[in-house]
Amino acid sequence: MENTKNYFIKTEDLCASYEEDDGRAVQVLSGVSLGIEKGEYVAVLGHNGSGKSTFAKLLNMILLPDSGKIYIDGTDITREDITEKEIYDIRRKIGMVFQNPDNQLVATIVEEDVAFGPENLGIPSAEIRQRVDEALSLVGMSEYARHEPHRLSGGQKQRVAIAGIIAMMPDCMIFDESTAMLDPIGRKEVMDTIDMLRREKGITIINITHHMNEAVRADRVIVLNDGKVYMDGTPEEIFGEPYKLELAGLEVPQCTALIQELSRKGLRLDGECTTPEKCAKLLRNAIGGKKNG
Amino acid sequence: MKNISLGQYYPGNSVIHRMDPRMKLILSLLYIVCSFLCRNIISFGLLFVSAIVLILLSRIPMSLIMRSIRPILFILAFTVVINIFWTSGETLLFEWKFIHIYLEGVMNAVFMVLRIFVLIVGASLFLTYTTTPIALTDAIEQLFAPLKRIKVPVHEFAMMMTIALRFIPTLIDETDKIMSAQKARGADFTSGSLINRAKALIPILIPLFVSSFRRADELATAMECRCYHGGEGRTRMSILHYRALDFIAILIMITFGVSLVLLNMLGIGYTM
Repeated sequence: MENTKNYFIKTEDLCASYEEDDGRAVQVLSGVSLGIEKGEYVAVLGHNGSGKSTFAKLLNMILLPDSGKIYIDGTDITREDITEKEIYDIRRKIGMVFQNPDNQLVATIVEEDVAFGPENLGIPSAEIRQRVDEALSLVGMSEYARHEPHRLSGGQKQRVAIAGIIAMMPDCMIFDESTAMLDPIGRKEVMDTIDMLRREKGITIINITHHMNEAVRADRVIVLNDGKVYMDGTPEEIFGEPYKLELAGLEVPQCTALIQELSRKGLRLDGECTTPEKCAKLLRNAIGGKKNG
Repeated sequence: MKNISLGQYYPGNSVIHRMDPRMKLILSLLYIVCSFLCRNIISFGLLFVSAIVLILLSRIPMSLIMRSIRPILFILAFTVVINIFWTSGETLLFEWKFIHIYLEGVMNAVFMVLRIFVLIVGASLFLTYTTTPIALTDAIEQLFAPLKRIKVPVHEFAMMMTIALRFIPTLIDETDKIMSAQKARGADFTSGSLINRAKALIPILIPLFVSSFRRADELATAMECRCYHGGEGRTRMSILHYRALDFIAILIMITFGVSLVLLNMLGIGYTM
């Protein structure tokens, strides 16, 4: 218990499984111990079936673990005598945005949907109004407040879903492959919104993804493989080990791969790179250096 | 498919549009009651005038009103025929072999047609044309809230309606996609006998059902994540308020009903 205070989310030896249709139990998580601090931006990587979605759903008690402990903000949420009120409090603190933007919007009008969470929490009307307006302006959707969700683009719908969580004033937001069904423009909209939330609100972000380009935006990358924490470190550290990643069924971002390949071929490049911008800078330096010399 | 609109809502800002949806629900019921209060030519005349006034007030184009009448044209024609040929009375207008047409029959036919016309116009003006489905759902939830005490699941019913309304366009979109996908594989929905065409729909319905269940599952999880736990302890962002306009409207409606009853007492012309 002495360590739980320092972490916003802490898991100890978490195990989870689900039952297949034929009654066969499938072990999804086997002994995940992690600590995530308040305000951290964490990307969780892993190939399909690596248990990353299950991990997310355990954190806000949508699923329950077979064994192990989860502490949220110092509260043990895996204990037997947890009250319903505490469960709702955990779900308010840890908001979740899912993959399919269509399947998480409830109301037929954007602002009504954003109000759905606060309404469930029993917040007075005037305050809901205020929260909804703030949340919509934060994600840049104020002008669509009276629109019908089905007329919006995927990225816009996802921003509305984010606003719906923001209106509940969470401490942490989990994005469960929230960009997987979006086109590149929508994906950029959502990723920029995530960055903004972190910057402006100091919300702890957990982004579950299999896009490497998204993972590099985080402070910390956790790779799950076969239900275990396989790698844990900064994006530079993680993508610095392409072979190890490949064993987990993942690839490094293209620009990182390019630099690594060039280095191997003998081009002298300084440092690791994870973003296209850094990559361009490294290459320009390298080429510029050659011309001058 | 992006432009599908829910219900028949006709956007506008008329007096009727601005009324509280709960009041509109009550008014439409009262209006229907009023149409049954009419007995003689004067009260039916007033009823007809009131319908025209309502149409003008709501600023709904006449063509739209006519469109809502079209599906019941058959019923209207049927009513007319039944009333004209099967009502017996005192004043014989026309006689040919076994056909006897009385004045009373003609009057009854006219009255019945008027009544049905007003019924449809009233319901569609107060409800479908000037009220969004979501406002209507809210109105139903709040009007029937007292029924919760006798364990009627009012909130759950309203939530189901909201979700249904929310997903109609999504599912239509999906049906469209599945149809295209099946057409691309050579499915034919437009030719063949009725039975064959019905059979051709099965490959559309099954994927649609499967995906609906998947959607329902995901939506339920998303709702749980947003702390949904039924209607208990839930507040609403927008609370409906009755305003002066609503009270004036109901006063007018009650006066209207009373005057219809009074007009019936005047023994003018044929009384139904």
